[in-house]
Amino acid sequence: MDLFRFFEWLGNTSWSIALHESRYVFLLVLMIHVLTLSVFVGTATMIDLRLLGKTMTRVPVSQVVTRLLPWSEAGFLVMVVTGTLLFYAAPVARYENVFFRLKMAALLIAVINVWVFRRTIYRRVGDWDLDPVPPRRVRMVGALSLILLAIIITAGRMMAYQDYWFG
Amino acid sequence: MSVLEFCRWVQYSAPLVAMRQSPWLFPVIATIHLMGLSLIGGAVLVVDLRLLGLGLHRQPVAGLAHDAERWLLRGLVVTMSTGILLFMCFATKYYYLTFFWVKMAALLLVIAFTLSVHRRVAMANEADVSPVLCKLVALVSLSLWTIVAVGGRYIGFP
Repeated sequence: MDLFRFFEWLGNTSWSIALHESRYVFLLVLMIHVLTLSVFVGTATMIDLRLLGKTMTRVPVSQVVTRLLPWSEAGFLVMVVTGTLLFYAAPVARYENVFFRLKMAALLIAVINVWVFRRTIYRRVGDWDLDPVPPRRVRMVGALSLILLAIIITAGRMMAYQDYWFG
Repeated sequence: MSVLEFCRWVQYSAPLVAMRQSPWLFPVIATIHLMGLSLIGGAVLVVDLRLLGLGLHRQPVAGLAHDAERWLLRGLVVTMSTGILLFMCFATKYYYLTFFWVKMAALLLVIAFTLSVHRRVAMANEADVSPVLCKLVALVSLSLWTIVAVGGRYIGFP
């Protein structure tokens, strides 16, 4: 079964229709999804700025990562749960939305970026933990992360306008 | 000129009419507004989590507050400049929304609170401030920012 047919079936399940047609529950989920940006992207941004040597330069990088990343991950979890519900409310419309696809691609690269960072350069964090401005490769990770987060926010906001612009 | 007349005058002034002609300018400004929100969220959380004994709990609050303040101010510049533009696009709509005025009141309150009480507590010598006061200040700050954010999302609903 191809994805389109699957999402078509998913969109016709009673819970999907109920969520799609419920004005208040849908808007509540949307509100939580948008406002959790401040936790997920907010804390991730502060970590990235530390990797770039732009803030908290007297705090060891490892401390910033171990103490703030769990908050970013918690925010991410809320984003994924509410995001899945928003997708479930209109699977075909999301699947066919070009900005949704761009957002998912950027999200995937952002997750890979963090994953690779933790398994490579970050393994030797002891070598540059106290550097006010970390080495070039570390700064590249922070910069890439910030760019991807900006793309995710932009694509997420633009999703609402696809029909208006291209419909 | 009443406030409503002022809103009408802003919304239907030539530059704003021209701005609304563009189908993508409003979404782009709203996107930058959201990026500013994220920046404020990060800068506020670093300090308030620390005041609650969470987050970077081994760092002195004063140092974190000093470092975060610069990014908080940048976030405020971004959100307020884009926010004024968003308001001007549909000023008369926002005039009639109670939540818009609640958001503005909470915003003014939280800025005043952050630059006075919050700043003094965060920058003070930790031995001189009771942990209860630290937590109370963080909770007031987080609550006010939440009202600002919820109000912001609410006034954007169709």
